[in-house]
Amino acid sequence: MSAVEPTLEVQTHALPARISHWLMALAVVIMIGSGWRIYDSEPIFGFLRFPYAMTLGGDVGAALARNNDPGVAGALLWHFAGMWLLAGAYLVFMAWGIFTGHFRRDFLPVGPVSFLRDFIAAARFRLEHRLGEYNAVQRVFYWGVLALVALMIVSGIAIWKPVQSYPLEVVFGGFQGARVVHFLGMAAIVGFMVVHVALVVLVPKTFVAMTLGRATQRPHTEPGA
Amino acid sequence: MNRRGLLRSGFSLGTLGLLGGCNLTDNETVQEVLTGVSRFNDRVQAAIFRQGALAPEFPEAAAVKDFRYNAWYGPDQAPVLSATDYRLNLAGKIANKQSWTVEQLHAMPQVSQVTRHVCVEGWSMIGKWNGTPLREFLLRVGADTTARYVGFECADGYYEGLDMPTAMHPQTLMAFGLSDQVLPAKYGFPFKIRVPTKLGFKNPKYVTTLFVTNQEPRGFWTDRGYNWFSGI
Repeated sequence: MSAVEPTLEVQTHALPARISHWLMALAVVIMIGSGWRIYDSEPIFGFLRFPYAMTLGGDVGAALARNNDPGVAGALLWHFAGMWLLAGAYLVFMAWGIFTGHFRRDFLPVGPVSFLRDFIAAARFRLEHRLGEYNAVQRVFYWGVLALVALMIVSGIAIWKPVQSYPLEVVFGGFQGARVVHFLGMAAIVGFMVVHVALVVLVPKTFVAMTLGRATQRPHTEPGA
Repeated sequence: MNRRGLLRSGFSLGTLGLLGGCNLTDNETVQEVLTGVSRFNDRVQAAIFRQGALAPEFPEAAAVKDFRYNAWYGPDQAPVLSATDYRLNLAGKIANKQSWTVEQLHAMPQVSQVTRHVCVEGWSMIGKWNGTPLREFLLRVGADTTARYVGFECADGYYEGLDMPTAMHPQTLMAFGLSDQVLPAKYGFPFKIRVPTKLGFKNPKYVTTLFVTNQEPRGFWTDRGYNWFSGI
């Protein structure tokens, strides 16, 4: 028995942050699932098609029989409904993070030196995931994914409204260029989600905090955990 | 991080993927909500549509000569309309409902445009079209341009409709020619409605009836779940 009890690690998330986080997560799943099926109707890369079972947009056989349409209409309905959810949740999340100082307190400071240090430690499985405090890799990833969502919204507008917002597509190198950017942004977000969910599985208390608002745990004492 | 943790995270990602594949979309309530949002999107698009905003025009060299054929039937099944027997019928809120022959249609003053066709599936193609602005035609036949819609019925069973602001947009054409040739049969002879501010499926071919109305005309693909306004 040690004489001094180690202080508990505490993580809290305010209600607006939690709600907008989960709505954004739901919207991203909707956008990716429906986006994959829309992609399949005119693939950008000939070698890549998404299995229909992993896409969103209703039963393909039924849509083919009913309308001679491979379920693209259903996917488009989801995509252009999901965009409002995504944009709304994103705006709330960003506004909350900026105006309450949450981003400044928890995502800053961050720089290339601390990122490299923590990234190397993580690659060697030597980085502790402490509850309630983000390491530099996490900070960079959170800024990165928030920037990616903004990129998806802007490139999405360029694809949805290539006439009304013509100057936008020029920035992306044309309509087809905007489609490629929209695709690559999706791929990067999927990459983020894989790492994000994997780490939540490793530190399940973060899930409790993001859902119920607060979680505590004793600090890890084993080395290299 | 350990191996078990990685396995577990892999499993939960797999579950996430399965959720997307279920038949949620075919649920009636879900359909109603999604269709409701689509109708809301119609209103948003109509509100942000600006008649003065022109679709980008491209240099003539950018126009594709061998334009992509697109329909739900093969090119050999495309209707071939007779240049002598064809009539364009007019209906609805139009003062002079006399039908038009191909010769009369071709005699109208024409303009050319090099614009981009954008398909709902994601492909796009630049083409050169010749024709008469639909606006000129509507004014000439005494259409009630305060009405809300212009509808089209086509020889291939297709049907579509445009909101009046789009129908009166300066770049909306009755296109009689493609790539400096008389519009070939498989592209919609005698004319297609060329709308560079709409997705491709809002560009009906083989138009045989044109009508002006206050009731929203149905659309072939809109009846199959696609968004009605489909502006770009």
